[in-house]
Amino acid sequence: MSAINSEPAAYPHLFEIKNGAIGLPMLRLLGNNPATIANQLREKIRQAPDFFRGAPMVIDLHELSALDEEVDFSALVSAMRDCGLVPVGICGGTDRHLHAAQTAGLSLLADVKHESSHQPVQAVDDKPKQPAVIGKVIEHPVRSGQRIYAPGGDLVVLSQVSAGAEIMADGNIHVYGTLRGRALAGVQGNLDSRIFCLDLQAELIAIGGHYKVSENIEDSVRGLPVHIYLIDNSLKIEKI
Amino acid sequence: MSRIIVVTSGKGGVGKTTTSAAVSMGLALKGHRTAVIDFDVGLRNLDLIMGCERRVVYDFVNVINGEASLNQALIKDKRCDKLFVLPASQTRDKDALSIEGVGKVLNELSKEFDYIVCDSPAGIERGATLAMYFADDAIVVTNPEVSSVRDSDRMLGILASKSRRAEQGDEPIKEYLLLTRYSPQRVKLGEMLSLEDVQEILSLHLLGVIPESKAVLNASNAGTPVILDEKSDAGQAYSDVVRRYLGEGVPHRFIDEEKKGLFGRLFGG
Repeated sequence: MSAINSEPAAYPHLFEIKNGAIGLPMLRLLGNNPATIANQLREKIRQAPDFFRGAPMVIDLHELSALDEEVDFSALVSAMRDCGLVPVGICGGTDRHLHAAQTAGLSLLADVKHESSHQPVQAVDDKPKQPAVIGKVIEHPVRSGQRIYAPGGDLVVLSQVSAGAEIMADGNIHVYGTLRGRALAGVQGNLDSRIFCLDLQAELIAIGGHYKVSENIEDSVRGLPVHIYLIDNSLKIEKI
Repeated sequence: MSRIIVVTSGKGGVGKTTTSAAVSMGLALKGHRTAVIDFDVGLRNLDLIMGCERRVVYDFVNVINGEASLNQALIKDKRCDKLFVLPASQTRDKDALSIEGVGKVLNELSKEFDYIVCDSPAGIERGATLAMYFADDAIVVTNPEVSSVRDSDRMLGILASKSRRAEQGDEPIKEYLLLTRYSPQRVKLGEMLSLEDVQEILSLHLLGVIPESKAVLNASNAGTPVILDEKSDAGQAYSDVVRRYLGEGVPHRFIDEEKKGLFGRLFGG
């Protein structure tokens, strides 16, 4: 039993239980041979011992669940501890895995959304991560029938957006040309996102699901450089 | 190195085939070996406009299926020995075209010809997308009215994203605007979009403006590409287009209403 799993009820008034989200590194198993895993793990940790020292880690069994292969959790847990890791639980896996993991003192973590990386353990990179993607820059006209989405960031269009085109972003939208098509900012619900354009002739504008169609856009701002933002759940279009 | 030109528009009836016939004839008259291919399988027209409909033996689909050689299917123009026509099949539909088949034919043609003009069918389905897939240059034929402009815009989007050049990350297809059936008088009356309106919406390099002209219909009926009618305004406009395409600096004409002289005013237009 690790310190993390020691009985919490001993200190009833010294904490509160809250919902939280903490990102934990995952050890995604691609095979079940305990000796090989232990060897490869040691080799990996040796490359960056400080980085992994005392790091809590989740054992990801998604890749093994289809095969329902047996996993020797007690061997795995001790191999991880030997390397200075703190195995906290498992995710994915079959009922059999779950049972074996609980016997070995591991908890079952709620199924987490999978990162798309399918690289084997050896490929884990200990270099600092690239800064997060900030969005998309489009340098050519966005033509009728084209759809462009900038997930997780802003969309910048350095040209025009034609009628019948659709541009979307999780963040802001900038159009350094005429906006004739549809522009939807904050499509994942970010109500603070804005739309900027040099010439507003849009068919539809929307921020976080609050929209206006062309018919409801006042003539006083049509054809002008504007920015559009949400205030009290209604779209405000202002000349810039 | 041959150059593949697609004549396209999205919308039907705007003058793609007229343009294909005129431009290919114009290039051939300038001494370039030119082939013009009808991609409108099932609704073939190019042979009529080119006046070779009575000499069609084999067609594009026959060549793709290996039922005839390219040389058997190519029809040499009687007026210009540098120009060859590859007619479409009238008895098949556009599913008879495959990307591999079209690629093979174009590849073979490019060994012999300087320019290959692909006359696209209307629409954005198989025939049209295959006609533009291998293109180096695109002439986007547009009439001065909103639906034609919108369809051209759509076609430009497809050119930018679904061509071979786009898929392989090469230099994008060169896009040219050709405004056809333009009538400055009707623009003045507000019945048509002006050149400026169209340019503002499409923001595209203007290759030329072809005036609305009786000569086009007459030429089609006679099976003569209108560019051969050197006296007509449309014929001259197409000659300018070909010269501009080949890199000559030719000023644009037929954009403004012609000033009528005293005679014109007295006797009408």
